[in-house]
Amino acid sequence: MLLDKKKKASAEIPTSSLADIAFLLLIFFLVTTTIDTDKGIQLVLPEKGQEVKVRSQNIANILINESGLIMMDEQQIDLNAIRERVNEMIRQNENIIFSVKTMRGTKYEIYIDVLDQLKQANAKRISIAEPEG
Amino acid sequence: MKFKMKSKIGTEIPQASMPDIVFMLLIFFMVSTVFKESEGLNVILPDAKKIEKLKGKRDIATIWADRAGNISIDDKLVDIGQIRNLVYTKVADPLHPMKLVSLRVDRDVDMGVVTDIHEELRAVGATALNVNYSTRTAAD
Repeated sequence: MLLDKKKKASAEIPTSSLADIAFLLLIFFLVTTTIDTDKGIQLVLPEKGQEVKVRSQNIANILINESGLIMMDEQQIDLNAIRERVNEMIRQNENIIFSVKTMRGTKYEIYIDVLDQLKQANAKRISIAEPEG
Repeated sequence: MKFKMKSKIGTEIPQASMPDIVFMLLIFFMVSTVFKESEGLNVILPDAKKIEKLKGKRDIATIWADRAGNISIDDKLVDIGQIRNLVYTKVADPLHPMKLVSLRVDRDVDMGVVTDIHEELRAVGATALNVNYSTRTAAD
């Protein structure tokens, strides 16, 4: 018996397009990846019923009405002047608590602006009061 | 004058390792891509300067409130009264207890809505709740 020498035909898959496929996948991920950072002003809301008695001389009342007028301790104050004023008040009394009270019609943007000013002045004690109206 | 013939030796940068580099980059992106959980509402956030980045992306619930008065959590429109239960479920979750609520409120929304949300969040209350008012960075 003649043993036939079997010739194995070697088959090679062309891999030249591998780099192309890799590039395409890479471009897909580069394009669809978004870096989602949530950032903002952070506060801690106290639980209901946790009202602490504070001496009224340690409280600075900030009121914001519906048209965006800001009053601090019965005096009208400009938004950008809040930071300086708050700095002064903290220097005079470091236990001072800033209570921010808005009305239901006040714009959220003004509220955030006031909070931003307070945070810029490094006010550590900020309290959010229940609004009127 | 003699003109010298300059012989140019052709040099080719070996490109054999190109697919390797590409695969590395690809694997990096495949591993680091995280899909967004919810789309949220169309909201224009207010600006602020003194903002802090939120630590960690997990254990955060997001409440969206847009100008039209819609409030949504996890891409579902909710009523004010439903907020406290939904948030309580998240806080009480044994696997991933929620630690922070991120409020993404449009800048033109009235404080009435925000106050209602505050009250609902306080009513959840076992402990004090960390709240983040989402803002964009204000240009100086």
